[in-house]
Amino acid sequence: MSINIQAIKVIYKYEMLRAWETMLQSFISPVISTALYFVVFGAAIGSRIQEIEGVPYGTFIVPGLLMLALLTQSIANASFGIFFPKFTGTIYEVMSAPISYMEILIGYVGAAATKSLIIGFIILGTAGFFVPLEIAHPIWMLSFLILTCITFSLFGFIIGLWANNFEKLQLIPMLVITPLVFLGGTFYSVSMLPPAWQTVTLFNPVVYLISGFRWSFFEVADVSVGISLAVILLFLAICLMIVGWMFKTGYRLKQ
Amino acid sequence: MQTIVSISNLSKTYASGHQALKNLSLEIKRGEILALLGPNGAGKTTLISIICGLVKATAGSVTVDGFDNVTEFRKTRSTIGLVPQELTLGAFDKVINTLSFSRGLFGKKPNSAYLEQLLNDLSLWDKRNSEILALSGGMKRRVLIAKALAHEPDILFLDEPTAGVDVELRKDMWALVKKLRESGVTIILTTHYIEEAEEIADRVGVISNGELLLIDNKQSIMHKLGKKQISIELKNTISAIPDSLSSWSLELSGAGGQLTYTYDPLNSDIDISGLMDAVKQAGLSLKDINTSQSSLEEIFVSLVKKKS
Ligand SMILES: Nc1ncnc2c1ncn2[C@@H]1O[C@H](COP(=O)(O)OP(=O)(O)OP(=O)(O)O)[C@@H](O)[C@H]1O
Ligand SMILES: [Mg+2]
Repeated sequence: MSINIQAIKVIYKYEMLRAWETMLQSFISPVISTALYFVVFGAAIGSRIQEIEGVPYGTFIVPGLLMLALLTQSIANASFGIFFPKFTGTIYEVMSAPISYMEILIGYVGAAATKSLIIGFIILGTAGFFVPLEIAHPIWMLSFLILTCITFSLFGFIIGLWANNFEKLQLIPMLVITPLVFLGGTFYSVSMLPPAWQTVTLFNPVVYLISGFRWSFFEVADVSVGISLAVILLFLAICLMIVGWMFKTGYRLKQ
Repeated sequence: MQTIVSISNLSKTYASGHQALKNLSLEIKRGEILALLGPNGAGKTTLISIICGLVKATAGSVTVDGFDNVTEFRKTRSTIGLVPQELTLGAFDKVINTLSFSRGLFGKKPNSAYLEQLLNDLSLWDKRNSEILALSGGMKRRVLIAKALAHEPDILFLDEPTAGVDVELRKDMWALVKKLRESGVTIILTTHYIEEAEEIADRVGVISNGELLLIDNKQSIMHKLGKKQISIELKNTISAIPDSLSSWSLELSGAGGQLTYTYDPLNSDIDISGLMDAVKQAGLSLKDINTSQSSLEEIFVSLVKKKS
């Protein structure tokens, strides 16, 4: 079986070009909002909290803030990328082209993941500007970064396929993702919570993401890094299964 | 002529329960221009969408060049270009970029010389760097055509290419279609305009209510179904058709000043000079004679009416 490389290329290029043309919105605004968190939490509040598990508070929140940005950006980019052509009707061309679902997925999800990755690096650079930053396990850090971008871009793609109006497109990121990230230990260590809440928190998948990611920076974690990795991979597998089912049935794409 | 697209026993029932196609079979011949006529909701777009892979058939199959359009979709789709009925374009895309995108989607390597030629053929070269939203409706329609041709397809589907297009552009479009056919492209177009089918098609199919009512060469349709009429204007009005003419089944109209004779041109028993003699012998004098032949439009309307 041959692969339609050209098609993957043009979809990827088209999506990247769109980000480039709306650079302010795509790249600058997530950086600004992250910088604001640093000012508010890192500088204002952090000056009173001092240290968590031996890490200065401003530094401690960097991995969580990165995750917050990666998750929201991956979902937003990927969901919009597929929702918009569906909404305007231009998707007809992709659907009538000699291109497999896997290739469509690589094009759209690949581009969305790349964009989040770029944002991730920019934020990391910005953070280094505000607080001292050392990364204990760069390879792990990079793996978590890439894996998260891909997984949540895939998740965003699913939302974009599922949504048949703008409201639904916003619904899950706002109602589910943002609360999960805020309650997932972005700004605190889970061990700081009362024991009952610690147990509840363990049902929040984002806790594992942030914990593992934070471990790759400071070697402090709420759960072991192996479990963190397993949870991401599990979520990735679930997303792949859902997308596979959607494609097989032509869900919201083919009548 | 060789078959290029073969559609057999195609049925489509949408999730709403509406049956848009009913066991439709059709062979499209290589190199022809086939016009599909049919009223709103007849199932024309549904048919095209199934062939192009946008809609799943409920039953039946489609082969293109002998390849099944579902199991060997890469082969079938790469030879097909589709111009959709709706003006669906990315508003902020540049014309030239959207063409490169289309070409790449269909697996073709970039070829700026070909795209330049294409834009010139469609009088869009000046607009290559414009955003789509800055184009007029007619220009957008041409961009859609250019996109469909960007990967050099052998088969082109045009779903109502001239809807909402002015007379001049329509003529340009017809010229373009003819030119494409000369270069070997097979063209299937849907239209509500009978004169369009009459002008450019080799064969005409009539679809109504999900069924193919008829398909044939344009000439033979007109020949087979077309009635001829002779209108005889009389110098003096009469109040009734003379008895001696009763065997001719004439109609009297125009306040008694006109006799109309309708006949089938393929019927060899028809004897026009005999009619003229009979009219003369009945003592009527002629002022003028007109003949007319039914157009595709009249044939079409009577066909669709008969069915419903
Ligand atoms: N997605 C859909 N879901 C349900 N019914 C549909 C859908 N698309 C089309 N139909 C119905 O199927 C029938 C055929 O529609 P189709 O678009 O194929 O007609 P058409 O011949 O192209 O009409 P027109 O000349 O108006 O473009 C119509 O009754 C239409 O309402
Ligand atoms: Mg239609």
